[in-house]
Amino acid sequence: MLTLNPLRWGKQYKSLEFQDVIHFDTGEPIARIGQVNGSMVQMDIRKADNARKALRKLPIVDLIERCKKAAYLFEHETLPLGDGVQSVDDFVHQQSASTGLPEIMCRNNMQKNCFVLSNMDKILDALTRGLNPEIFSRGFGEEGRNVIVSYQCQTPVLGAVLPNNSPGVHTLWLPAVPLQVGLVLKPGSQEPWTPYRMISAFIEAGIPAEAFCLYPGGHDVGSTLLSKCSRSMIFGSAQTVEQYSGNPRVQAHGPGFSKILLGDDIVDAWEDYLDVMVESVVINSGRGCINASGVWASRHTKEIAEALAARLGPVDISSPTDPKAALAAFTNKNMATGTWGMIQQDLAESGVTDMTASYGERLIEKEHCAYLRPMVVHADSPQRGVAMKEYMFPFVSVVQCPQKDMIKSIGQTLVGTAITNDEAWIDDLTNAINIDRLNIGPIPTSRLNWLQPHEGNLIDFLFRSRAYQVAPTRVPAAV
Amino acid sequence: MTVANPSWVAGDSQVAEARKALDQHVYETVQWHFHESTGSPFWLGKKSELKFDPLKEVKGFDDLKKFPEFEDEWLRGGPVNRWIPKGLAGKPTYVFETGGTTGIPKSRVVIDDFRIDYENFSYTLPDEYFPKGANWLMLGPSGPRRLRLAVEHLCQFRGGISFCIDLDPRWVIKLIKKGWMEHLEEYKKHCIDQAITILTAGHDIKCMFTTPKLLEALASGLADKGTSIQEVGITGIFSGGTEFTPQWTRFCVEEMLGGPVEESGVYMTPTYGNTLMGLACSRPITADDGYTIAYYAPQPRAVVEVVDFDDYNKLVPYGETGRVKLYTMTKEFFVPGFMERDEGERELPFNKYPWDGVSGVRPYRGFASSTTVGVY
Repeated sequence: MLTLNPLRWGKQYKSLEFQDVIHFDTGEPIARIGQVNGSMVQMDIRKADNARKALRKLPIVDLIERCKKAAYLFEHETLPLGDGVQSVDDFVHQQSASTGLPEIMCRNNMQKNCFVLSNMDKILDALTRGLNPEIFSRGFGEEGRNVIVSYQCQTPVLGAVLPNNSPGVHTLWLPAVPLQVGLVLKPGSQEPWTPYRMISAFIEAGIPAEAFCLYPGGHDVGSTLLSKCSRSMIFGSAQTVEQYSGNPRVQAHGPGFSKILLGDDIVDAWEDYLDVMVESVVINSGRGCINASGVWASRHTKEIAEALAARLGPVDISSPTDPKAALAAFTNKNMATGTWGMIQQDLAESGVTDMTASYGERLIEKEHCAYLRPMVVHADSPQRGVAMKEYMFPFVSVVQCPQKDMIKSIGQTLVGTAITNDEAWIDDLTNAINIDRLNIGPIPTSRLNWLQPHEGNLIDFLFRSRAYQVAPTRVPAAV
Repeated sequence: MTVANPSWVAGDSQVAEARKALDQHVYETVQWHFHESTGSPFWLGKKSELKFDPLKEVKGFDDLKKFPEFEDEWLRGGPVNRWIPKGLAGKPTYVFETGGTTGIPKSRVVIDDFRIDYENFSYTLPDEYFPKGANWLMLGPSGPRRLRLAVEHLCQFRGGISFCIDLDPRWVIKLIKKGWMEHLEEYKKHCIDQAITILTAGHDIKCMFTTPKLLEALASGLADKGTSIQEVGITGIFSGGTEFTPQWTRFCVEEMLGGPVEESGVYMTPTYGNTLMGLACSRPITADDGYTIAYYAPQPRAVVEVVDFDDYNKLVPYGETGRVKLYTMTKEFFVPGFMERDEGERELPFNKYPWDGVSGVRPYRGFASSTTVGVY
């Protein structure tokens, strides 16, 4: 059985404590992960400056090229991993086995990560709005209009407490490496595969190993990492986001509450946009924060919900190796049954209708795991509790709401797809601060343009823009 | 759990001798606690509820199984005097508490036991690293716990003076339960700042008691000031707390303290103790032994057993996991079988402590979700 050892500034640490990674369907262990404790993290963070120093020895353009090489290695080659090696197929099987994601989704997420890595020059160009990367390495430089700009790095490393079940989010921390910022990662206990394989690919591509720490462990590891890294990100629930709200050192990524908004000008032609809605809800088994959890319109909402239910209701569970598999398992059965209980409460409210009720059982319990099949719920008003819900499977509320009330009623929205040609409303949407990513027109919420700044621009997070003046001539040398 | 290393396993004759001494001690202890002239009001009262006569039917340790399980609820609330044996009436008495974050804490009266425990423990400490006459720092829970007085006595018994830091674990638990983690960090820092001030004030402190978490915090605080536990002159650390794991101990020895004692000159001994039992010593920890932490009760004054989860009168085989059961048998206090909130693995008798030990001590799985551990 493969053993994944913690990595401390590039060196494998042979732990005395291990946690098994379990196959979601059989309950069998498929790997074991060596654990560290918070005190070890605290001690290691003292040496974080060395990570940035090691990365700064390589120019950013060089690191970008190495990222591209790492992308190739990640996607195509057998790589060292823990006390063994891992082929591409191993990666896919292992990730599927521990997370419950169908293998096809694992391959798609792998490609998503590789896209970001292999397009790192363009990604950085988007994140920096076209600034010369050298400015970020040197700390200042000429912007191009005879003005010096300065971006001061706020941390030698980026910490991240990574999720268990969403391999797609790893794209968010990848650009730190070419920005010469080291990585201190706490991998999810069920999805250690992407961070381990990615770090292995980085090192094989010639990026200094001393820039990387991987710290599997308990809660104390996560809390120490978050308190000791000057900049870190965490992926968690709405409560997690709330806990770190206003903390400039922590970027918290939680539920997205992403939505599709149909304007009054096009809503009579809603059928034209059904594919966009279906894709937004169901892709990647609806697990992502960018999956739509709401479709909002002022009229035809019952028909929209019926049509969505007709498309999503029949979607059934299948083998993880089925190339058409659309649903991921809940590896923790209690999470599925608990979610089901919450949905029952949502449905008990007057004005809420379960549109998928006639398409068979939704909760499928197996010996070691459970599934929830897609659900479409109609809400006759934004006041219904279900209008603001997001669950970890394809679940969408179709909400009836006048267009004039929509922006203020939708609440915080990570991705908002507004299908409309109403220029006045587009102007209002553009100015709405409760929408993070805004798509105007029929773009699925789940389709990201990586050449746009991502959720929580990493440059704004890692660097501080400041004034920096240089006298026309240097002072004379002291005699 | 290590079972295959014959170099430290006690021989049969050692074990038999220790057992004989235990049986004799049990007999005398029961005679004391259940005799009308010397027993405590509590046990004399309980005697009438028993289905046997302890004075006649308890001749050795195995006979203690006849007693019903000791209920820790009996220790909550007063009058606390009911626990004082008549034979010790009138002697200066302490009361020490455990628990008490919410509700009434468990109380135990103590006259000399804490001193006896720590004097016995003192003989297990190597003088090379715990020099006689050296001063100590007590960085651990204070207030109504026995630990502060016990460590201070240990230090005095060894000819030194103990410096003490205030630490209220009940407030720490409240902070954790309220989720006030920033306050928790500040409180910890407040305690560590005091410790660093004392350690760097020229008091010639060479030894200390602290808990694993506070040891970490102290090492970190000293590192922030560009120094270390080694550099401030500490050579001996006696540390207590159930959250010791082999992994943590290895980290502590190899990285926090600067390597094995032969290289670093800093000796750290984990211990396992509580208000009811006294202090159990650990077998020396070594890398060769996988940093196993095995505790041995101060027999015959106390006994630790590792028992079946479903049958508390049945020992598990060596190396197997079970629940920790404690017996306290001193003239001051008698506990014939108290189920601890811990589980662990049964360890073979050790040549210095030729009776059963327990390793891998951790919160009992049945309670783990509701127990706040490792608070200080």
